[in-house]
Amino acid sequence: MDGAPGAGDSMGDMGEPLVRARGLVKRFGTSTAVDGIDVDIAPGEAFGFLGPNGAGKSTTMRMIGAVSPPTAGELRILGMDPAVDGPAIRARLGVVPQTDNLDLELTVAENLLVYGRYFGLPRATVRQRTAELLDFVQLTDRAGDRVEPLSGGMKRRLTIARALVNEPDVVLLDEPTTGLDPQARHVLWERLYRLKQRGVTLVLTTHYMDEAEQLCDRLVVMDGGRIAAEGSPAELIAAWSTREVCELRFPLTEGGPGPAAHADALAPLVARGLAERVEVLPDRLLLYTADGDAALSAVLAQGLQPVSSLVRRSSLEDVFLRLTGRTLVD
Amino acid sequence: MPVSSAAVSFFRQRLTAHRHFWRSSAVGSVLEPVLFLAAMGLTLGTLVDRGPGVPGGVGYLAFLAPGLLVAAAMQTATGESTYPVLGAIKWDRLYEAVLATPARAVDVLAGHLLYVAFRVTTSAAAFLVVLLLFGAAESPLVVLALPVALLTGLAFAAPVTAMAAALEEDAAFAALQRFLIVPMFLFSGTFFPVDRLPAVLEWFAWATPLWHGVTLARDLALGTVDGGSALLHVGHLALWTAAGTALAARALQRRLVR
Repeated sequence: MDGAPGAGDSMGDMGEPLVRARGLVKRFGTSTAVDGIDVDIAPGEAFGFLGPNGAGKSTTMRMIGAVSPPTAGELRILGMDPAVDGPAIRARLGVVPQTDNLDLELTVAENLLVYGRYFGLPRATVRQRTAELLDFVQLTDRAGDRVEPLSGGMKRRLTIARALVNEPDVVLLDEPTTGLDPQARHVLWERLYRLKQRGVTLVLTTHYMDEAEQLCDRLVVMDGGRIAAEGSPAELIAAWSTREVCELRFPLTEGGPGPAAHADALAPLVARGLAERVEVLPDRLLLYTADGDAALSAVLAQGLQPVSSLVRRSSLEDVFLRLTGRTLVD
Repeated sequence: MPVSSAAVSFFRQRLTAHRHFWRSSAVGSVLEPVLFLAAMGLTLGTLVDRGPGVPGGVGYLAFLAPGLLVAAAMQTATGESTYPVLGAIKWDRLYEAVLATPARAVDVLAGHLLYVAFRVTTSAAAFLVVLLLFGAAESPLVVLALPVALLTGLAFAAPVTAMAAALEEDAAFAALQRFLIVPMFLFSGTFFPVDRLPAVLEWFAWATPLWHGVTLARDLALGTVDGGSALLHVGHLALWTAAGTALAARALQRRLVR
């Protein structure tokens, strides 16, 4: 899980970015959804927007998708201005929205056949791509079925196939696996990874750490409409967290001491350099440290008796917690 | 409004869906008016014809049939522009998917109106065949009732689409049906001449697009049409269509591109 594929791609050797935003702002009435963000996305990279619900990820994606005009700031997509060249930009994008928006009155194959025609593709081309894409997303045997009764994972895969019908330069995926069961998620990740290997640029939002670590070369952590940090998953972990984390759970009794009470008892560990810092969550304590096992031994040596303990590598969840003081999925 | 290739793509998408459920939609758009024609025209009509009858000395069936043709166009066009439009915005998010392609909001609107035009025209043509089988036409000009039905359909579809595009909830559609569409159906000259109404209500009837459509279609079917009033009817319907389309384009753009 640690160490992301292709981690460390730097922006330095990037040519013309596919997406370039400077001071990008989106306001709805008096509320500000996106509050001045700078983004560069290079051709061929898998770029992620990571953040909790309401962070401004979807709004950013809709602006990049050239369907939502920015309130302020500069935005260039494929070198074009969405305010002027919206249709030309959208012709080269593939969009997988947060909520599937398949045509439920059509069959699986018809959803691709009619969609391809919006891109001005000849009928024969669309037919051929439909067959290839249904094969790619493993839905060939459902081609003639109505969409409605398909499982969530199948609908998601069909939505992805539809987004590829115009052979896009960039695929925008808004929370591609939210609401899917673990098996369906892994099937989807594998298909997205294949796309990435073919050189398709992926831009995705997620509030799942594991998804970001699996798929993203580079990502930004968004919170409250702003970018809190940027880098590869490994860089972010190195910059904002320790190598390991020791998780401690203490018995929770009604009216008894909560995890915070135990945090004081751990303060000497920090003073002795055995841990960098202690994070208090409602149900457990996180001890950030270079050596989780040594820290755990020290905790036990102090006479503390956690009901359970876990030593693990740092993840993006820890980065997010550090940056915002909150867990991602709450 | 120019009809772009994206609009044609949207029309094609709706047609593809229509192929799956045309039978059930034909029940509402064709069978229902045919039942009205049989029930009112044949049975009630014999009573009417035994009395003073309708103006012009024609049988009640001949009077009623072109009215029903146009009233059915109103029903079909309104039906296609209420729940299906709000649903495509809010529930199925069909328009969102379309707008992720090079298509724009105006293309969606043009494609939608093309589809409504198709639905209204094919339903009216099917009804026209029944009308001819009933022997309810007095003039070959009755075929021109088809474009009248089409224009009347658009005169309803465009403003109703504008309304649907501005709604958050579907409750207003029931009110639209109860307080505007059904009263128009009953009191705008489909079943009896509006000069039977009290004067104030008669003026109301004159203001409705349905009355203009029904009257023009009837004048054509009975062969009593005159150029001046025909132009007035067409102008009235075109105005509703144009104003409704402009409002719908604005409402859809606001709703979908934000």
